[in-house]
Amino acid sequence: MTHHVLETPVSEAQVRALKAGDTVTLEKTLFGIRDATLIAMFDHGRTTRFDLKGHAVVHTAPNVRKIDPRPGNSCPYEPVCIGTTTSMRMERFTRPLMERDGVRVIIGKGGMGPGTLAALRDIGGVYLAVVGGAAALETTWIEAIEDVDMDDLHPESLWKFRITHFGPLLVTMDSHGGSLHADVNATATARRAAILAKLGAAERPA
Amino acid sequence: MQLDPSEVEELAKALYVRALKLLPPDIKRGFERLSRAETDATARTILGTMVENIAVAERTNNLLCQDTGIPIYNVTIGRNVTFDGVAMTAAIRRGCERATHEHPLRSSVVHPITRKNEQTSCGVRIPIVNVDFDEREETVAIEMIPKGSGSENGSFLQMLIPADGAAAVKRFVIDRVIECGGRVCPPTIVGVGVGGTSDLCMHLAKIAATRPLGTTCSDPEGARIEAELSEAVNELGIGPQGLGGRATSFRVHVEVAATHITMNPVAVNIQCHSARRATALITPGGIAFV
Repeated sequence: MTHHVLETPVSEAQVRALKAGDTVTLEKTLFGIRDATLIAMFDHGRTTRFDLKGHAVVHTAPNVRKIDPRPGNSCPYEPVCIGTTTSMRMERFTRPLMERDGVRVIIGKGGMGPGTLAALRDIGGVYLAVVGGAAALETTWIEAIEDVDMDDLHPESLWKFRITHFGPLLVTMDSHGGSLHADVNATATARRAAILAKLGAAERPA
Repeated sequence: MQLDPSEVEELAKALYVRALKLLPPDIKRGFERLSRAETDATARTILGTMVENIAVAERTNNLLCQDTGIPIYNVTIGRNVTFDGVAMTAAIRRGCERATHEHPLRSSVVHPITRKNEQTSCGVRIPIVNVDFDEREETVAIEMIPKGSGSENGSFLQMLIPADGAAAVKRFVIDRVIECGGRVCPPTIVGVGVGGTSDLCMHLAKIAATRPLGTTCSDPEGARIEAELSEAVNELGIGPQGLGGRATSFRVHVEVAATHITMNPVAVNIQCHSARRATALITPGGIAFV
């Protein structure tokens, strides 16, 4: 288990060096994306003016405050509370997001499925777990909202955040087929029969 | 006592923000209990981060979680209270909208078909306003629950049959907890409804999921299942955030209702670790947050 500090964008070699169980702190730039953004991009053919190649996306829709653009920051929003949503709903978008837009790092909570694991392996990517529900803390890792695209989908716009010491995040799915989520599910499934028997709720023979 | 709609509006606004920022004491104590019992290193780190987040939210006067949820208001009206129900419901809606604009909060509510977000946290039949009555003299209690979607998506109903027995009810709960894994933001409160009609069963599960920790099902059989399942779910090894460990749930809560001779319904509704709720009492003496 190694700790890595990565500045985005990252290379394929950098993400392939990450193993499940490692920890990562991200620096510089992070994009926020979620259901409506991905549906617009991949079901309705919309594209973004942002270059996502080698970048990291977090599954989020933030609480923001409207502000007058300031010198050095033309974006009309400042962060109020930014946290992470359940990733599994975005499962079918991982591969096209990596293939079409070149994303290499996905940050979320709750883990993702076999389709994502295969895409991480085939294209070279990683899934990093943040502690869901710890948004007040996560917000302190976000310096500013630099820019926003597709804001007609607000709050499910495509957000560009400037970050400082974003993490530590846990590598829970890597490009070598490792998934801590699948491991935990296998443990729970293996323990199920004994737990049901103790409850007097064992499966009846068919 | 005459219920004043403008007072209700202010309270509906204040309770939404308060619920999003301050975790109730019973949930904080729940974290202490789980942390003491947890032996898995990753799980201990994750629980530590959650506890740190509660402190950061208080220190920075910020929301605990970015999910502002589906707003639910549970209004309980005591004896000798006169009120205009239509005005009261409209006042709650205005308060909910004002919290969204004035704080500001993310509006997490959309039309179910067009997916249009009105940016008000309100929509068709939302906020949910449940009205009930109790024995308290000249008292109105308003409880606000911003129900997060990660855990709300962990909702299930099964119309089991009598031949399946109580065993199938328990099996259903265990299987749904395994199915949800980390997606519902464990450690959770697993709310279980047993009996009633389909809609009542689901509502019982919500009551159970949002009941304070330390309370017990008033039905002895329900309480027994509650205790058994509470122990069982923490033996699955799912743990905080579904990344392994003991602390899968704070507790399983069960609520029961009588049902039909041909029916055996069971429902599951899950509450995440950010088990947010805020309550205020209106009495002739004034308003008190409890």
